Amino acid sequence: MSPIAIIMFVGIVGLTLVITWWASKKTSTASDFYTAGGGLTGWQNGLAISGDYLSAASFLGIAGAIALVGFDGFFFSIGYLVAYLVVLYIVAEPLRNLGKFTLADMISARFDAKKVRGTAALSTIVIVLFYMIAQLVGAGALIQLLLGIDYWIAVLLVGTMMTVYVLFGGMTATSWVQIIKACLLMLGTVIISFLVLAKFDFNILTMFSHMTTATDAGEAYLNPGLKYTNGIDTISMLIALVLGTAGLPHILMRFFTVKDAQTARSSVIWATWIVGLFYVLTIFLGFGAAAFVGKEEIVAANAAGNMAAPLLAQALGGDVLFSFVCAVAFATILAVVAGLVLSGASALSHDIYGQIIKKGVVSEKEQVIAARVGSIIISIVSILLALGAQTLNVAFLVSLAFCIAASSNLPVIIYTIYWKRFNTNGAVAAMLTGLISALILVAVSPNVWNPEAGKAIFVGEPLIFLTNPALISVPLGFIGGWLGTMLSKQEDAAKYREVEVKAQTGISVQDVSH
Amino acid sequence: MANNQKVIDYDKIAEMESFKKLAKKKNSFLWAMTVVFLGAYMLLPVLTSYTQVLHQKVVGDITLVWFYAAGLFIMTWGMAHLYVGKANSYDKDAKAIIDEYERGAK
Repeated sequence: MSPIAIIMFVGIVGLTLVITWWASKKTSTASDFYTAGGGLTGWQNGLAISGDYLSAASFLGIAGAIALVGFDGFFFSIGYLVAYLVVLYIVAEPLRNLGKFTLADMISARFDAKKVRGTAALSTIVIVLFYMIAQLVGAGALIQLLLGIDYWIAVLLVGTMMTVYVLFGGMTATSWVQIIKACLLMLGTVIISFLVLAKFDFNILTMFSHMTTATDAGEAYLNPGLKYTNGIDTISMLIALVLGTAGLPHILMRFFTVKDAQTARSSVIWATWIVGLFYVLTIFLGFGAAAFVGKEEIVAANAAGNMAAPLLAQALGGDVLFSFVCAVAFATILAVVAGLVLSGASALSHDIYGQIIKKGVVSEKEQVIAARVGSIIISIVSILLALGAQTLNVAFLVSLAFCIAASSNLPVIIYTIYWKRFNTNGAVAAMLTGLISALILVAVSPNVWNPEAGKAIFVGEPLIFLTNPALISVPLGFIGGWLGTMLSKQEDAAKYREVEVKAQTGISVQDVSH
Repeated sequence: MANNQKVIDYDKIAEMESFKKLAKKKNSFLWAMTVVFLGAYMLLPVLTSYTQVLHQKVVGDITLVWFYAAGLFIMTWGMAHLYVGKANSYDKDAKAIIDEYERGAK
């Protein structure tokens, strides 16, 4: 590893630790810990949402996918962006108006039952763990490649860093790590894109023309169909991308860090612009890697194409840019896993320990201790799982997390806010049907079963052909919620009126809290 | 609770004509727009999977599918700002409703 790379890595570690030290002095209550006291501004939270959302899968994965399969890789960029309209139009403001720290808080604002809160917390923890294993295994492999250290040391390094941020600095440290990461990531991406464009005399037409001959796919590179040839499977995957974001616990949690619905709104606008510009630039990263690094070299470094962006940086900007981009990738991973730890800890410590086991009777001091213990538990469990999952192909875990979020969390969120007849039974049924059906359908999918040895986890015929089951499991989540509701006579119109008034006007947020 | 003297009568607000009107107006806007953007988005994989229509070159070697994708990006930004404009006006309505309620409550 070159001295410049060491300086950049140490710089990022040092900077984030200083932030954590500063944040730790501002973290004394449960509200500080989970929501940074609800004091973030629109642009701060918008950048933090971007930093929380743009994972290594976005930065390294999409750049690699576009480099290898052209337009088909760009599907992810489109889906992940349009998803913000679902967040903005359906979820963000009612969530801010009804919730406190967690998704379970928001659903419990209507159904004050332990089983509802418990199921919501379970769904959160499952999504967090799947997403986290994917991030940690990816991070371990990447850092192993970049720094030449062993996989287990790499996982422990990332795992320790994320635990330190969350444990000492809570949401304040996590938010600022995410904000800085978002800025660094945008800077790195803009620099590479600029260098790619410069190669084509800043003419996009020249770039596209060049791409028709630059790869072995020829003109087909610029058209869909290089990778996704099954229509139903493509549609199913795109459903998971667009609906999953609005159910991801670590993204939803970010809406509790602002003081009201207006700020939640403006933070989504900021995020939509930043995330959108980033996804536009993934075209330059992908095309550039295909043109100036080449498919063979990309695949030789990593079969999934994850090294495309760093290799492109090396080809265009030498060791300095390569080191910078690797450091950015490292910061990217840290920011995302820190957000995940925090949302997992909130479900474990606030929902399960504080509200269910202790029935909400916990002192401020106990809440903060519980939050810290919860963070350590979530961190240790995910580090252990990641250490055991090294040889798994984990790419599908991210899409599985999106699929569970879309199937388990989104139906219950929509019903809670908009359906008067919805009841406790329906809430539990919606979440469990979505969660279990997504898990089962993935367990029998081609991701897990393949007749050829080594292509998937087990050798054998998959029972369904869908690689992402959202097309089935999302409707099942909605149907489960409807059936569960109808099978129970319970109905509480007064409570719904309260929820509706709060969600639509934000009245209790303005008058009672903050 | 002792320190929370103001108990909000949610039933009363929910029964107010102005509230019902706002809820209806807001929900029909939100859901209509959701159908529009999800429709435009889901049409993309349908077109790419079952037709070749997006494969034609439009400008130079840039094929129609990139313009469709660009359209979805512009749609996302445009509709995000449309939402903010609408939501700001709903905020005024909501404030008027709360004022009306507070006058009535005294």
